[in-house]
Formats: sequence, C-alpha cells, structure tokens
Amino acid sequence: MTLFDLSLNEIHNRLHAKDLAVTDLVAQAFKTIGEQDDKIQAYLTLNEEGATESAKALDEKLVSGEARGLLFGLPVGVKDNIVTEGLRTTCGSQFLKNYDPIYNATVADKLRQADAVTIGKLNMDEFAMGGSNENSSFAPVRNPWNLDYVPGGSSGGSAAAVAAGEAYFTLGSDTGGSIRQPASYCGVVGLKPTYGLVSRFGLVAFASSLDQIGPLTKNVEDSAYVLQAIAGYDAKDSTSAKVDIPDYVSALSGEIKGLKIAVPSEYIGEGVDPEVKQSIMDALAVLEGLGAEWEEVSLPHTEYAVATYYLLASSEASSNLARFDGVRYGVRAENPGNLLELYHQSRSEGFGDEVKRRIMLGTYALSSGYYDAYYLKAQKVRTLIKRDFDNVFEKYDVIIGPTAPTTAFKLGSQLDDPLTMYLNDILTIPVSLAGVPAISVPCGFASGLPVGMQIIGKAFDEQTVLRVAHAFEQNTNHQQRPQL
Amino acid sequence: MSININDVEHVAKLARLDLSEQEKEMFTAQLSAILKYAEKLKELDTDDVEPTTHVLHLSNVMREDEVHESLPIEKVLRNAPDEEDGQFKVPAVLE
Repeated sequence: MTLFDLSLNEIHNRLHAKDLAVTDLVAQAFKTIGEQDDKIQAYLTLNEEGATESAKALDEKLVSGEARGLLFGLPVGVKDNIVTEGLRTTCGSQFLKNYDPIYNATVADKLRQADAVTIGKLNMDEFAMGGSNENSSFAPVRNPWNLDYVPGGSSGGSAAAVAAGEAYFTLGSDTGGSIRQPASYCGVVGLKPTYGLVSRFGLVAFASSLDQIGPLTKNVEDSAYVLQAIAGYDAKDSTSAKVDIPDYVSALSGEIKGLKIAVPSEYIGEGVDPEVKQSIMDALAVLEGLGAEWEEVSLPHTEYAVATYYLLASSEASSNLARFDGVRYGVRAENPGNLLELYHQSRSEGFGDEVKRRIMLGTYALSSGYYDAYYLKAQKVRTLIKRDFDNVFEKYDVIIGPTAPTTAFKLGSQLDDPLTMYLNDILTIPVSLAGVPAISVPCGFASGLPVGMQIIGKAFDEQTVLRVAHAFEQNTNHQQRPQL
Repeated sequence: MSININDVEHVAKLARLDLSEQEKEMFTAQLSAILKYAEKLKELDTDDVEPTTHVLHLSNVMREDEVHESLPIEKVLRNAPDEEDGQFKVPAVLE
C-alpha cells in the first residue's frame, strides 16, 4: 500500500486536512522509481529538481488557500514524444537523445494549469513505432507483472509506470493501439479519446490522421479526471475539434440499465486466445447482470484493417519524419562531404530498424507508380472500415471485445517478424482508423498476465465509454497491483 | 507484389537513407512480405468509394493573417548542431 493506492478524492481530502503534502506525493514517486525502475526501465528522464520545486509551490498554495486545479499535486509521467520545455524529449530515439524542447505541448501546459506535477519522461518504442517497447533505442521496458514479458507498446513506459506505482497517472499517445494495448498488457486503464478531442500540438507527429493523446490510470475515475483536464479545442492544432466538453466525472453514474452492446464476431473468433475470450465473456455476463443487453454483430472489414493501417500510417510517417535531417535539431553526422550526405548519414545513424522499415514502406507506397495501388487504395478501404462502425452504432451504444488477441508475450519472441508483431494490433487498429474513442479496462488474468477489455464508443461519446467502464470496474475486482 | 534489391535502393535514395548490404537484404525480404500481405486489399471493390484522409471532415482551416509573437532566435538555435550569425549552418551547397 502506497500513497498512490489512494483515490484522487482521498488524496485531495488529506491534502486539504494538511494530513499530506504534495512534496510527500512527489517523494513517493521518486522513492518507488529509485527502488525498482532499474528493473522496469519505464523512465528515460527524471525531473526530480523541477518536480520538487513545483511541489513546494503547490504546498504554498495549500497554505494560502488559493484555488486548486483538478489534478492538484498528482505526480504524472509523460510519454517522451510529448514535448516539455526544458525537459529532454527523445521520442525513444538516438536521433533526439539530447533534444531540449523550446516550448511545451498544449497537454503539458494543461497538466500544469491543472496543478499536476511532471516527474519525468517515459520510455517508448522509437517514434511510437512498435507494440512491445523493444524498439526503444535506449532500453526495453519490462512488464511489471513478469519481467520476462513485454509491457506492450508504444506507450509501454506509460503503462508500466502506472502498474508499478511509479506515477499516479501518465499520458501516452495512441496511433493504432499504443495506449490501449500496453494498458491491457500491464493491467491498467488506458483511454484513446476521439480523434481531435485532445490537442496534438507538441506531440511529435507519427501518423497525423490517427495520432491522439490520452491518459493511462489505475482506475476509470482517474481517467475521467485527466480527460477533463486535457480535452478541448486548441487553435494551435488545426485538426483539433470544436466541440463542447462535457463533465466526464459526473457521467460515472454506475447506471447501465438498457445499454445496448455490440460484440463483433471478428473480435472473439479465430486468432483470439481462448482464455482471453473467456475473460471477455465473463465480463459481458457482469454487464448483463447490471441490465445491459449484448448481441453479436459483424464488422466485416476487420481483416483488412492491419494492411490499411500499415500503408497509411507508414506513408504519413515517411512524410512527417522528413524533418529529421540533422540541420535544425537532433544528431548530425560527423563529417559529411556535402548537404545531401549530411541528410543521408544523419538519418541513417539516428534511426533504428523499425523506423527505417516504416519510412521505406511509406516512401514506397507514396512513390510514383504505386500511389494509387497502395496509398489511395488504403484510404478507400479506410472508408469501408469506418462505415462498419457507423452501421453498428446506428443500433448500439458501445462495441465490446478484447483489447488484444493475447496477453503480453515474451521479450524477444517476435523481434524477427514484423508482420506477426503488427497483427497484435488487429483489434485496436480498426478503432483508430474509424477515429472513435475506446478504453481498455482490466477484466481478468490469463496465465498470470492481465487481460484488457476494450469498450468502443461513438465519436465524442467518451461519457458513455467511461460510464460503462466504471460500472464494470465497480462491480468487479480486477484492479490489482503486481508484486515487485 | 515482390520487390527486389534495386527497388529497395531506389526507395532508400528517395527517403534519404543509406543502407548497409545487410539492411538492404533484410528490408527486401521484410517489405516484400508486408506488401504481399497488403495485396489483400485488392479483394475489395472500391471503385465507387471515396477515400478517407481523416475522420473529422475538416478542410482548409484558416486563420486571420495577423502578426503574433514568435520565438527568440537564441531559443530556436538552442538545439542546432551548428550555427553561425543567428542562422543554421550546413556544408556548402554551391562551390
């Protein structure tokens, strides 16, 4: 039992009663990190001095009785592709190993406005490309439930840090499943909001039509609070959505009577581990017991989603990553003979294999003679995949299935086979292509490793997604912590 | 669709990457496998389907052409591998 096992309201009550100080919370984070992060390797950069200073300032606010932000005093870890002024941001890449951001991402500003305390930057697959964290160019993150297993990716550090009690909550980013899949593997709650709900300004771009920032937390209530703090229109992100932000916390009513749930046959069929499927069926029985109804439906284009995603995301990445040329920031090759060699050598030395692979795939798919056959074709299939979701949401409130077809796999077991690795994301990718919100909540264990249930909602209907997840959580006991 | 080592060399040049012989072989095999998998999309008739570029249906987000504060030069150059007189410095392009 640590301070991080307390609920947000308990923490705030104790802070108010002067029974606890923000400096205690921050000290707790660094103590736990010091004791065990050499095993987990969740953090790439710590902000001990800055966090301690912020904590002291917040403690003064407590004394003076100033208004307090929504996330007052909570130690947060931030995925290392979200820029933080004055705090090294590497994207898990050697290319940016010394990058010192000159501005804050909008979400980093919002965390500060909400009085959260940034304690460090979290490990990730290089440029968010990967599903195991083995593509971090610094060190692979380990799964806190079993150190021989991967934590998932690409927000593996963000998920592992919450599971291991090394942050009160964290931020991650999700392009094809990078919040939900590691949340599932590490037994925490991970929310990918609707595309456009949270500003991407200051998120180092991977695939701009898919990238979205979201919270990883130990429970659903925390997820609602964090979303409340970070959601909203931002003029600095031209793809930011102009929508009213509802009260997410008050949506957690516990009431789901009459809720209509669709369960896609493709999400519980071939390729899904039987134990994972059983956990989902048990979870559906719980929801049924609370008055919800479920029926099997079809999302017929599911089998095309992975190919569609890898063509589109890699194409967008090949364009986005052109900015890493060794001229303005990042590494520069030692002695290039001319400008062209400077580009070639800096990029070749700075990027790892997976990043090169995706840049190559995307460049090919966009190149003259192949654009129509690959890139345009994939954009058209994306329309069909989105329509699948539109059709189901005409009759149902949410779609439920597993977050991933299996539990976490062993470190090194899929390294030589990128295609197999890509197929781990088969149940999260279609949701990203459709741009709708989804949460992964713990729903049991298989062979000692956590299983995640994915609850998918209509665009901008995070309230329903959170309400269902919360009702499930309140009536089950899957929120467990690993023994480290 | 299978690609050969010449394709890989051509794409690497477009992507401004230098690949070792070993990398060229690895990417030839891996990209061929991925593209073969992507052939799956040809099963679908998409002649009358509009492409989705992204899901929000936004186009040409405009703003007023006003002068805003910009970052100071020292800050902008803080991460530059090489600089001179307030500018990024690179090897000569023209002799």
